[in-house]
Amino acid sequence: MANMNLYSRGDKLFVRINMALIGIFTISTLYPFIYIAAVSFSSGFAARAGTVVLTPVDLTLAAYARVLSEPLFWNSYGNTFIYTFGGTLTSLLIIIPGAYALSRPKLLGRRFWNLMVAFTMWFHAGMIPFWLNIRDLGLLDTYFGIIIAFACNAFNIILLRNFFESIPRSFEEAARMDGANEFQVLWKVFIPLSKPAIATITLFCIVSRWNGFFWAMVLLTDEGKIPLQVYLRHTIERLSDDEEFSSTLLDAPYSVETVTAAIIVCSIIPVLIIYPFVQRHFSKGILLGGVKE
Amino acid sequence: MQPDAAAPSKRRWRERVEWLVDHFRAEWQIYVMLAPMIIWFIVFLYKPMYGLQIAFRDYSVFRGIAASPWVGLEHFETLFSNSQFLRAVKNTVYISALSLIFGFPVPILLALMFNEILNEFYKRTAQTIVYLPHFISTVIIAGIVITAFSPSAGIVNTVLGWFGIDSIYFLIKPEWFRPIFIGSGIWQEAGFSSIVFLAAIAGVNPSLYESAVVDGASRWQMMWRITIPSIMPTIIIMLIIRIGNLMEVGFELIILLYQPATYQTADVINTFIYRQGLQSGQYDLAAAAGFFNAVVAFILVMIANTLSKRYSRTSLW
Repeated sequence: MANMNLYSRGDKLFVRINMALIGIFTISTLYPFIYIAAVSFSSGFAARAGTVVLTPVDLTLAAYARVLSEPLFWNSYGNTFIYTFGGTLTSLLIIIPGAYALSRPKLLGRRFWNLMVAFTMWFHAGMIPFWLNIRDLGLLDTYFGIIIAFACNAFNIILLRNFFESIPRSFEEAARMDGANEFQVLWKVFIPLSKPAIATITLFCIVSRWNGFFWAMVLLTDEGKIPLQVYLRHTIERLSDDEEFSSTLLDAPYSVETVTAAIIVCSIIPVLIIYPFVQRHFSKGILLGGVKE
Repeated sequence: MQPDAAAPSKRRWRERVEWLVDHFRAEWQIYVMLAPMIIWFIVFLYKPMYGLQIAFRDYSVFRGIAASPWVGLEHFETLFSNSQFLRAVKNTVYISALSLIFGFPVPILLALMFNEILNEFYKRTAQTIVYLPHFISTVIIAGIVITAFSPSAGIVNTVLGWFGIDSIYFLIKPEWFRPIFIGSGIWQEAGFSSIVFLAAIAGVNPSLYESAVVDGASRWQMMWRITIPSIMPTIIIMLIIRIGNLMEVGFELIILLYQPATYQTADVINTFIYRQGLQSGQYDLAAAAGFFNAVVAFILVMIANTLSKRYSRTSLW
């Protein structure tokens, strides 16, 4: 396939046009990020006048100075870390043993338990009963509520269970001969063999926690507990709705747009740092989540 | 007959109990592992299904679920005579269908195009970039859209200005809501969705291409005659999944982008539920709307699964 000699002149043209189109798509994907970064480093006046296109105009750190001086910004940043790591850890602690149990043929009622998990993919009670339930459990406005209420989802469990089921019995037999119990078999045999699947669901958990916003917005009213995404939302709303604030902004070196852009940049940075490391894994890992044969 | 039959069945009953006791004594560990997950499902997903009955009750916070009086289908009658709800149903179907028509082919095209790129470095760099928006929060996507489409400061109006077009306040114009919403959806997900199709392409038997090369086929012909027919099953499965999820519009982004001025084209069932239930406190009516949504979604998923089984003999789960 890679042998260029096999390509006719028509093919070469085809390949070039194709490369150009991919290039255009890639640049259009990247451009909004560059634009936002440029706005965040521009002066409020330039951003308001719409003169920022590709690079910062009147380079200034005023928007960042404003954002980083807000204690609530740092607080919500910290909260996001708590929700991401606490939530992911909780998910793994429930999902891994649960998926392992579901994969055991000797589990009584195995079909029933599997159906009970899978059914939630097809039918759910919806937003209102879910919210009322959280309220009745007394979990509104708590860290624990956010962490526990989104700990499991059927998709991740089934993905991991399928992976466990695909591991041949012979792998665990040696451990069983040595008298290992179920916890030891899971810990010493299944978890090491399932690294790609566990890495995949860990990634899914981290991404959904880091980005999660709707339920955090709905379940948390205490500003001290909100994660970064909700803080960003509040800031955009407050800055653009508050007439008084907008008029004071006329003299300020930043504007609604530059402050918003600065918060966006700050919240993307951790994603950009981790992204290259995990990027290699998901192209393999995502396949596990595909269609089950 | 009668007295004889009772004795063995009693004995069998006892044997069964003894077997169960032995089983749990030997295998208690897997039940300990299973328990937290099952308890979680009961507390967080099945208990709300019990709470769904408020869709058929005159729910009052003070009386609680069980003590609120039954009202039968009253909430559903209210809903179906409510023009806002009917509009939300219509918008849900519209937005879903439009996202499907415009959004579905893009990842397939991208995968086919990536497959034709021979320079590995170029390919990997492009892939890394187009997968990225998938990992970005909806709030950030909304922030970018709001900034880029802002009437005074946004890049979109700046560019329009170069061509002498007057600035447009896109986000308060109902006719612009759907294009912006669907466009940002494609921008965010098309790249990442192409992974599934790339994987399907990677699975195509290489000997097909080899014999095509011997026969003097061009790249273009190979794409049409080999690659596309080979990945057709994947395309159809993904299409079926999308149809099954028709009721799942990305309402989080809608909540962040819509305004009363754009409700007429933007308001979908889930945003209606959010406003009626969580913002106005009409829990029972909103739960009824949610019940309607869940039932339609359930039927669609079941149809999708049946179709997929018939088509490919693979179940979706």
